[in-house]
Amino acid sequence: MDAVFLARVQFAMTAGFHFLFPPVSIGLAWLVVILEGMGWRKNNLVYQKAGKFFGKLLALTFAVGVATGIVMEFQFGTNWSEYSKFVGDIFGAPLAAEGVFAFFLESGFLGLYLFGRNRVSKGVHWFSALMVAFGSTLSAFWIIVANSWQQTPSGYIINNNRAELSSFYDAVFNPSTLPRYFHTVDAALMCGAFFVAGISAYYLLNKKHLDEARASMKVAVIFGLIVSLLEVFPFGHTHAQQVARTQPEKFAAIEGLYTTQQGAPVVLFAIPSSKPPELKASLEVPKVLSWLAFGDVNASVKGLNDFPKDEIPPLELTFISFHTMVALGMFFILVLLWALYAIYRKTLWQNRPLLKILLWSIPLPVIACQVGWMAAEVGRQPWIVYRLLKTQMAASVTVGAGEILFSIILFGLIYLALLCLYIFLLVKEVKNGPEHDLVNHTEKNNLVEA
Amino acid sequence: MMDLNTIWFVLVGVLITGYAVLDGFDFGVGILHLFTENEREKRVSLNAIGPVWDGNEVWLLTAGGALFAAFPVVYATVFSGFYIALMLLLLALIMRAVSMEFRSKVDNAKWRKMWDFAFGIGSLLPPVLFGVAIGNILHGLPINEKGIFTGSFLALLNPYSILIGVLSCVMFIMHGAIYLAMKSQNEQHDRSMSVASKAWVAFVILYVISTLASIVVSPFLFEGILKNPLFWILFILMTLSIVFLPLALKLKRLSYAFISSSVVIASMIGLMAVSLFPRLVPSVTDLSYSLTVYNSSSTGRTLSTMLIVALLGMPLVILYTAFIYRVFKGKVTIDEGSC
Ligand code: HDD
Ligand code: HEM
Ligand code: HEM
Repeated sequence: MDAVFLARVQFAMTAGFHFLFPPVSIGLAWLVVILEGMGWRKNNLVYQKAGKFFGKLLALTFAVGVATGIVMEFQFGTNWSEYSKFVGDIFGAPLAAEGVFAFFLESGFLGLYLFGRNRVSKGVHWFSALMVAFGSTLSAFWIIVANSWQQTPSGYIINNNRAELSSFYDAVFNPSTLPRYFHTVDAALMCGAFFVAGISAYYLLNKKHLDEARASMKVAVIFGLIVSLLEVFPFGHTHAQQVARTQPEKFAAIEGLYTTQQGAPVVLFAIPSSKPPELKASLEVPKVLSWLAFGDVNASVKGLNDFPKDEIPPLELTFISFHTMVALGMFFILVLLWALYAIYRKTLWQNRPLLKILLWSIPLPVIACQVGWMAAEVGRQPWIVYRLLKTQMAASVTVGAGEILFSIILFGLIYLALLCLYIFLLVKEVKNGPEHDLVNHTEKNNLVEA
Repeated sequence: MMDLNTIWFVLVGVLITGYAVLDGFDFGVGILHLFTENEREKRVSLNAIGPVWDGNEVWLLTAGGALFAAFPVVYATVFSGFYIALMLLLLALIMRAVSMEFRSKVDNAKWRKMWDFAFGIGSLLPPVLFGVAIGNILHGLPINEKGIFTGSFLALLNPYSILIGVLSCVMFIMHGAIYLAMKSQNEQHDRSMSVASKAWVAFVILYVISTLASIVVSPFLFEGILKNPLFWILFILMTLSIVFLPLALKLKRLSYAFISSSVVIASMIGLMAVSLFPRLVPSVTDLSYSLTVYNSSSTGRTLSTMLIVALLGMPLVILYTAFIYRVFKGKVTIDEGSC
């Protein structure tokens, strides 16, 4: 197997695995800020307990996010050294800025939040939670700057066989940065909302910790519905428009538009195949794609037939992942609307089918994030830096296939173990519930005496 | 006046020093944890670093990012050259990160034992690997005229680099033992004190041997160095703090001892930087193929932009980091907030 292919497999594996955790961390951090804030301002024990409980789950998620993030920071150098040399003048800066502005903030204050509950005032303690949320949201900004530059490079000139910075501002605010940032962070907030709603649903189903569960369920459903609506419109929509303008071949691939058309249809469902490129069993709404992309029902949208054959992305993966994301986005809105209605009618606490749906929906926004990235990253192929550098040319020259294979197996096993442990511990903590804490506390004190 | 390339050489050095001084004591505490039997003492050592280790590790991440931004060719060449070693390092850092979080989650002796072990190994391996990596850089890497690494993993494990690996490990044990002595009480405190003194002796011996070995292995590091005032300042600073350290331990002035060991670490890194400069990675194939602060850097525009980022961000980081350390000042108390 060739080294580039293995390097790609490895990047997809480590990035995909890392990105299981950050969305939950970011979303959960903001919900903890809300819950702890309500507990503190209203002096309400129920919110305090709920906040503290979800704070512990945040710590668990955060730990795995950090552990897998370290790998990411070094991977560009280890596996993609030619890429690193080509983009270093531009790409390294956001990574460094992320450390300076964001990682210090989130990790420093997480320590204060988790260990400092009895050492600082309530206000400072809440502030530390706020800084964790703020820091992680800021870290998302800088990493997305880096990624977006790779998707839609700007603010550079090609000189000495590499991309050199010509405008920092243009490089940071390249055409896709803001659409991607809002879309991704909002997706993270959804992950947090469904996480809290799902666990609250579990308690309601099992008739345990009912006060905390109801309090956090309300917060999560209202918050979740707002961010879910925003995710589709305006964030999803503007993001798609941006792709249509800046990366037309990716747009054609994710939408399944294989021939250039005026008044192009939007495809709701189809089975794509690449040889020859066609959609089977396709369910379409005419003219809507032209309208969505360019605000004009008759606008011409470029299809894949208009691009060089060796510059179009893989078709099946991009189409399926994009459509899965959109379908999930619609599903989230429906579920949360139903839940809000049930809260309003005061029936949610007994509505077992709905509670079960909420419980089993916990992983779905995370899956939507995964397939979203898949659409964005696979849709960029064969380029690693869009229209500047091909993925084939970007891997490390000194690293052999054997070494990469070794590390794929190594990390594959470790990550599998981490995932199992994470889920096991999460389930355990949830079963223990918010109150368990106090019991544990006395146990620990006994230990000190002994 | 220093040029931008030199400023970034210094800044990357500062980040690496910050990392070594801060995460260094985490590693030391983690290594000592391997030899701790008593559950209460284990919890003290975990809680001594619990609130701060992650922030400390960020110095490494930021140093990595800064290296990428300022000297991308070094980032690319060294990290791909040290591939297997780096994968092992990542593995160790992953184990350390999760073991602290996972350990307290299940009330079972076997479970805790497993994570104690992971925590210990995850703390032992990085200092050794960092030392071996630095040893290889001081020794010079096989880099060809295109700036491409042509060596192998096994060649990285030469006696000189292993010596530096052991030196670095002993140094962090000393540093961590002093920190743990500050944080603990009773027998644990006394034991940490005695480990610190013993580690000091080992450190001094190893340091002398390593310096002699460096003169033999990499004479180019010492060319003209005696005329460099910076060398003398760092050398004197280092010697003074090495001598002062055991005195501070004797007098039980632990914060002074801790400052001394921090200065030892910092000036040692400073000395290496002075002897390497302007090279970042010397080439043993031909010294003229070395990666220097000039032939492997980013453009002036990027360097100056990043300087602004650093000047804006780092003072703030230092401010709130100092605040957080102040909150957790003093002996560890095992209470509700602890792990
Ligand atoms: C949208 C957000 C996002 C994205 C796309 C990525 N990350 Fe991440 N990363 C985070 C959001 C995040 C986060 C929320 O800040 C962390 C902190 C805890 C967590 O679970 O995720 C995190 C942790 C984290 C850490 C550990 C930081 C610490 O010790 O505090 C590193 C070094 C990275 N990441 C690096 C990367 C790199 C190099 C990526 C690109 C390939 C990447 N992350 C993608
Ligand atoms: C965390 C969310 C991310 C996920 C889930 C993700 C997913 C993926 C996937 C699936 C691939 C493989 C594509 C293929 O080879 O066909 C890939 C490749 C890649 N991505 Fe991402 N990515 C993420 C974030 C990023 C970010 C933030 C960057 C840059 C800062 C980035 C840079 C790259 C690079 C360099 C490659 C390797 C070359 C390639 O195969 O395209 N990724 N990513
Ligand atoms: C109807 C709703 C949605 C639309 C129209 C939409 C649109 C898009 C588009 C066009 C991309 C590709 C960007 C690119 O190629 O660079 C994308 C990526 C992505 N989507 Fe969505 N999306 C929707 C719903 C969701 C939902 C519900 C989630 C998660 C909860 C989500 C998470 C993501 C993520 C994480 C990415 C990858 C990062 C990025 O490129 O922004 N999306 N989305």
